[in-house]
Amino acid sequence: MLHIKCPHCGMRSQNEFAYGGDASVKRPELNKEISDLEWDNFVYLRKSLRGKHLELWQHISGCRQWFKVQRDTATHEIFKTLKANEDI
Amino acid sequence: MQKYSVFNLIKNAFSKHQDWDLAWKDPTPKKEYDVVIIGGGGHGLATAYYLAKEHNIKNVAIIEKGWIGGGNVGRNTTIIRSNYMYDDNALFSEFGMNLWRKMSQDLNYNVMFSPRGIINLAHSDAQMNVYTRRGNSMLLNGIDAVLLNREQVKEIIPMADFSDNVRFPIFGALMQPSAGTARHDAVAWGYARQADSMGVDIIQNCEVTGFDISSGKINGVRTSRGDIKVKKIGLCVAGSTNILAEKLNMTIPVETHLLQACVSEPVKPVLDRVVTFGAGHFYISQSDKGEMVMGGDLDGYNSYAQRGNLPTLQHVLTEGIAMMPFLSKLKMLRTWGGIMDMSMDGSPIIDKTHIGGLYLNCGWCYGGFKATPASGWTFAHTIAQDRVHKLNAGYSLNRFNTGHLLDEKGLGTKTWIS
Repeated sequence: MLHIKCPHCGMRSQNEFAYGGDASVKRPELNKEISDLEWDNFVYLRKSLRGKHLELWQHISGCRQWFKVQRDTATHEIFKTLKANEDI
Repeated sequence: MQKYSVFNLIKNAFSKHQDWDLAWKDPTPKKEYDVVIIGGGGHGLATAYYLAKEHNIKNVAIIEKGWIGGGNVGRNTTIIRSNYMYDDNALFSEFGMNLWRKMSQDLNYNVMFSPRGIINLAHSDAQMNVYTRRGNSMLLNGIDAVLLNREQVKEIIPMADFSDNVRFPIFGALMQPSAGTARHDAVAWGYARQADSMGVDIIQNCEVTGFDISSGKINGVRTSRGDIKVKKIGLCVAGSTNILAEKLNMTIPVETHLLQACVSEPVKPVLDRVVTFGAGHFYISQSDKGEMVMGGDLDGYNSYAQRGNLPTLQHVLTEGIAMMPFLSKLKMLRTWGGIMDMSMDGSPIIDKTHIGGLYLNCGWCYGGFKATPASGWTFAHTIAQDRVHKLNAGYSLNRFNTGHLLDEKGLGTKTWIS
């Protein structure tokens, strides 16, 4: 069982959260000309490495806020959680 | 190599079975090979075997960081099927079914292929419609499919929950009678033994540390046991694809996730089919030893840990008990986890890459075991001929740019949603 510290509610069990994937993906800016390749990369390419991974979670059975978690994908150790608008 | 036969069994009985040849050797890596396959799992071993057998390329090495059969080929739930709707998936899998049917003879190794049939349960009228459509698509591609109503399902699997007040009543099922199971370890060992006998070097405990690339072409591979000169490399490392892709400065549309499976204590024969729950993600079969072999959802977050977490296991087994209540009486014998290469449309990639001499085989999601022979056969063809075979033409790497996705389940790119 993972224990995740929601930046708004504190430490809760994994069952209260939903996963949202790689938090480093940036949606291309609105109204800016981009190539098809840039759009494809945004849709299909994510970081999925062994080791430290910055990812999104949602406290779906709690405050329902999205936030960021820095977690190790090999040991599942959680180093840090941040509000959605904070950077590491 | 000694042939495995009843005569050799009797002959070796006189020497108390002390004089059998080793099934495969433990060679020191040579300085140069024609082809290096990275990853000694089922797919890598099968690729090397078909390179030697179908294309007469025998100066081949398989490089494996751990030991052969220690990854997903030894961690799956052994289900073999071709009940796909899209042509690319259906024709590829059915080609594989034909290889499965003759595998034991082909490899001179009993892989215990057991075509016992797979039953996908439906729990609503809408799901029956979807299964009717899928079954018709399968029939059009020459794959056997039978639509069963509630009474027919009850005759085959009476131990499922057919009582009145259940949350997900069984409306019927889609069955592929020719689907089944096989002994997963035997598949790895059989391919390894035959590949070795044809001259393939199986090099275990050897980690890839880097690649030697110049002017866009592969020149060699660096390993923990020395540098190897080679012009063609086949990458066949499932959940570790991203780790090696990083060394190649590539990003592959694949995420690595954790999938668990478990077996119960052995019980007397009760279930002679593979059955899947239609209102969630749960599948079950009974092994020859009597254990109930079960699996279901991904753990749901990126992971390289080959061990699982309890909430998912509880969720999966709750589905199992909803489908077959007698499971609640069984004790759990073992649980384990493997790491899946989840592609962005749920279908695999077997293709050339932008680097000359580098070939890619990944993205098998939860369906890699059944694909072992067809994957090895088509990947060997792609490497030997330097072009894809029509069977794996749909499994291209650039389909994510051209839009020719193969999203069989219609789940989109959120691979952890199931």
